[in-house]
Amino acid sequence: MKFPEDLRFSKGHEWVSVADDVATIGITDFAQDELGDIVFVEAPEIGATLTQGEAFGVAESVKTVSDVYCPVAGEVVEINSGLVDKPELVNKSPYQDGWMIKVKISDLSALDELMSAKEYENYVLKSK
Amino acid sequence: MKSHWQRGINFKEASIFGQGSDGRSGYDLPSNGLPQADIGSLLPEDLVRQDLTGFPSLTEPEVIRHYTRMSQWNFSVDTNMYPLGSCTMKHNPRVNEAVSRLAGFTNLHPLQDDDQAQGTLKLMSDLARWLCEITGLYSATLQPVAGAQGEFAGLMMIRAALEKRGAARSKILLPDSSHGTNPASAVRCGYKPVTFKSGPDGKIDIDELDRLMDDQTSALMVTNPNTLGFFESGILEASKLIHDRGGFVYCDGANLNALMGKARFGDMGVDVAHINLHKTFSTPHGGGGPGAGPVCVTKELEPFLPSPVIVHENGVYRRDYDRPQSVGRMSGFHGAVGVLIRAAAYILSMGADGLKQATEAAVINANYIKARLKDHYHSPYPGRSMHELVLSDKIQNEHGVTTLDIAKALIDRGFHPPTIYFPLIAKGAIMIEPTETESRETLDDFCDAMIDIAEKAVSDSGSLHKAPENTARNRLDETAAARNPQLRCDSCG
Amino acid sequence: MRFIPLTDSDRSEMLEKIGVSSVSELFADIPEQIRLYDPLNLPGPEPELDLMERFEELAGENQALNPRKSFLGAGAYLHHVPVAVDQLLLRSEFFTCYTPYQPEVSQGTLAAIYEFQTYTAALTGMEIANASMYDGASALAEAVIMSARIKKKPKVIVSGLVHPHWREVTAAYTRTLDIDLVTVDTGLERGVTDSAQLAIDDTTAAVVVQSPNFLGNIEDLREIRSACDSVGALMIVAVAEPVSLGLLKGPGHFGADVAVAEGRSFGGSLSFGGPGLGMFAVNKEYVRQMPGRLAGKTKDTQGREGYTLTLSTREQHIRREKATSNICSNQALCATAAVIHMSLLGKDGLRKLAIQNLSAAAYLSRRVTSLNGFERISGAHFFNEVAINMPVDPQVVNSRLAKEGIQGGLDLSEYYPELKSSMLFCATEMNTKKSIDQLVSVLAEFEK
Repeated sequence: MKFPEDLRFSKGHEWVSVADDVATIGITDFAQDELGDIVFVEAPEIGATLTQGEAFGVAESVKTVSDVYCPVAGEVVEINSGLVDKPELVNKSPYQDGWMIKVKISDLSALDELMSAKEYENYVLKSK
Repeated sequence: MKSHWQRGINFKEASIFGQGSDGRSGYDLPSNGLPQADIGSLLPEDLVRQDLTGFPSLTEPEVIRHYTRMSQWNFSVDTNMYPLGSCTMKHNPRVNEAVSRLAGFTNLHPLQDDDQAQGTLKLMSDLARWLCEITGLYSATLQPVAGAQGEFAGLMMIRAALEKRGAARSKILLPDSSHGTNPASAVRCGYKPVTFKSGPDGKIDIDELDRLMDDQTSALMVTNPNTLGFFESGILEASKLIHDRGGFVYCDGANLNALMGKARFGDMGVDVAHINLHKTFSTPHGGGGPGAGPVCVTKELEPFLPSPVIVHENGVYRRDYDRPQSVGRMSGFHGAVGVLIRAAAYILSMGADGLKQATEAAVINANYIKARLKDHYHSPYPGRSMHELVLSDKIQNEHGVTTLDIAKALIDRGFHPPTIYFPLIAKGAIMIEPTETESRETLDDFCDAMIDIAEKAVSDSGSLHKAPENTARNRLDETAAARNPQLRCDSCG
Repeated sequence: MRFIPLTDSDRSEMLEKIGVSSVSELFADIPEQIRLYDPLNLPGPEPELDLMERFEELAGENQALNPRKSFLGAGAYLHHVPVAVDQLLLRSEFFTCYTPYQPEVSQGTLAAIYEFQTYTAALTGMEIANASMYDGASALAEAVIMSARIKKKPKVIVSGLVHPHWREVTAAYTRTLDIDLVTVDTGLERGVTDSAQLAIDDTTAAVVVQSPNFLGNIEDLREIRSACDSVGALMIVAVAEPVSLGLLKGPGHFGADVAVAEGRSFGGSLSFGGPGLGMFAVNKEYVRQMPGRLAGKTKDTQGREGYTLTLSTREQHIRREKATSNICSNQALCATAAVIHMSLLGKDGLRKLAIQNLSAAAYLSRRVTSLNGFERISGAHFFNEVAINMPVDPQVVNSRLAKEGIQGGLDLSEYYPELKSSMLFCATEMNTKKSIDQLVSVLAEFEK
């Protein structure tokens, strides 16, 4: 199970990678493993404004469906259209090709509330 | 352990689309003495379909072969035990099929006058009365055609009653063991479902109810016995609490097979209950329907019943449409009448004593399985099981074997799997409901098979991961089906 | 008791294995104050023959239709269902099995559902269809709810010429939801919905029409589509008589976004109106919004083609309160009957059956309207039903017809009070020239 050091993590099992004021968001290796084979990812519209903690879409597997929440508030500036035809990218490459949305962060302080890789790893171990 | 599988006559059969040949048909139009009309003079060209592209052209023998072969790929209650928990897969009596097919019933149009429908109206009126007797409630609607539709109708009646009292309220309480239709139906009635945790015994935790039941909560939705197969022993206390705070109690009657002649919903403080005729009352499951979900209610809720209501006055039965407080119409016409006829035939075949015997035998059968399997499978909750029991894959997990593997391995041993992964509060749940129509020998076969699987989990788990291998098809790729849905044959239409 | 195998000796041995001395111990969790000791007050038990006699007596208390001499439709149509349908349906493997949750042992049911989805989509001219809903009326209700959700707008406009019961069910289903269901009565003279009067605006999520409509007339779906396009509303088309689709272009051809139908005409019997068979079809873009079960084609571990239920995560058992609907079942057995019937009819038979229906209705219409004072309400195109104004109370007519063993049409004033003296006649392939002529000779007694 991977926990990349350069990312930040939410309790809802989303990861965030920040460049300037744009956050790239996806679900973690742990999350994709729990869900099983992903069959569909529902994304928001570009231009949508999200509040911190708001559900922006769903990740659907054969047996379950999970809401995906946005750990930071902001405006959706890009969505990963590759997931339309290849939702399995979320399973194969949750931290790279499986990214879901990019958000222009409106409140950078939200990042402080996220966990480091080590903190998230402990969080996952405890929840098992 | 008896082996049920052997090579038989079981054919490959392709899709019907692509079979046959132009010019063939399996149907002769009735003679009517009329010349065929000139379509061109009756309909403009732009309304008329040019062709039914890709529709098959087959004769009767070809069609019969196709469906006969297809049917041979299905497991059914008539094949062997089908212990799906909460589905009550009991035997479907054949006499029900005969009587429901009488022309006097099948050729009755729903819009004929009451005086032309006295036979069917009497049957429906009697059935409603019998269901009320069995459930201890006052009045019933036979309109809802499924349990889920019954839930919707029942909750709408609760809502109407609350509106009459002054406020509809906004929430509904449900235990975390509830069936998925419960919260879905609640949402359809404009209520927010509030799920509360069951106690460590798997039953309703009265403290949680006390904490959550407020003047914004319309009702408690329970299933009794619950989805773990346990009788909610605190039901009287729970009902009182809900009523004292101005709410109603809805009971999902899916598990009524455990209670007939032993206890009644009305006596438990239940205000509204739906009944699944395709479960408790032996009407055929038919591959997933049609069912019927009549709803029984207390006197207070009677004015809100879906309209029309069948009444019996001066020796005559009629449909009463003068129901100003009714929640409306649930069904295109009067409900699943063909299903109602079968259920009525079942009740008459059994009588009060037969129904009670059915309940007792169902509970004995489930407990017998529990006794035989207790040393081999983990029981996630302690408690007295009624007509169904819930086990889990905890012990088998230690060898990398899951509930799914156990289910598929049962198929290879000639049984339909039980319900799996439900209720959600039991991890890896295996919900087994034998029903009363299984013989002791069959139960022993089933237990032998389960024990064999438990042993293989230790000695040869690989064989379980490959199961089933005896069937016409092995495990199907559900991921591919969901990623790239192919939902119809494209060459047709 | 011939359905319960447990003998007394079985019971005592099993109770011993369980570890209790009597069966009442197994019911000990029931609180004492609610335990039943007296038997329930129910009739029976009746042995098989007695039961059959009793039901024959009951069936005899109905005055069921003589199929050749009935002219009553209005949402339930008399057709000849080939005998082979019912005989195949009685195969154990079709009627005593359950929902195909374990696909490896349910390929027969899944294949039948796949056929049903194919036939439904093909007949309605839409891209995909589900495994069936309870009936046409509830399918319409679900279509309305789905459309409001897709468009995120509250208003749904329903033509007053949609079957009154379907409108009632839709109203009951949407009463507590944020949906503003507006019925617009237009077209009682024209016989078809007048889109200009529908009051479509930018709060409109969808418009609902039925074709052929309740008066038997074929709607101008192109006009409705155009009206919907002006605000980007969805067009929902309901079909009460799917036999019409053997001859008429389907809703999809005219750009319907959702098509729903009552499938009873295929494989079903009248049976006082139930069970029904709901058909529900959409185009691919709405597949995840669609309620109900879906069977999909896939391969097994050995690469062999097979079927499985799919996209289940939309449904209540997984999505629970966020499900597209609370529906749990489908009308699988009715759908199986429908596909067997349609397969027997085949390409030629479906068309010929539809033509025969139209022919019978055309003959009826021509002959009845040749009587003085009997005229069609409008000149719109029809399929197998015609609405006729008459110079006499329809109830009087029906009483007179009953004496000849003929079931007359529907007294339309029951649903449209403005139509005081009008009857909806239905003629299918079952009605003969002779019976239509007999109908006409009775009506002639009331000529002006």
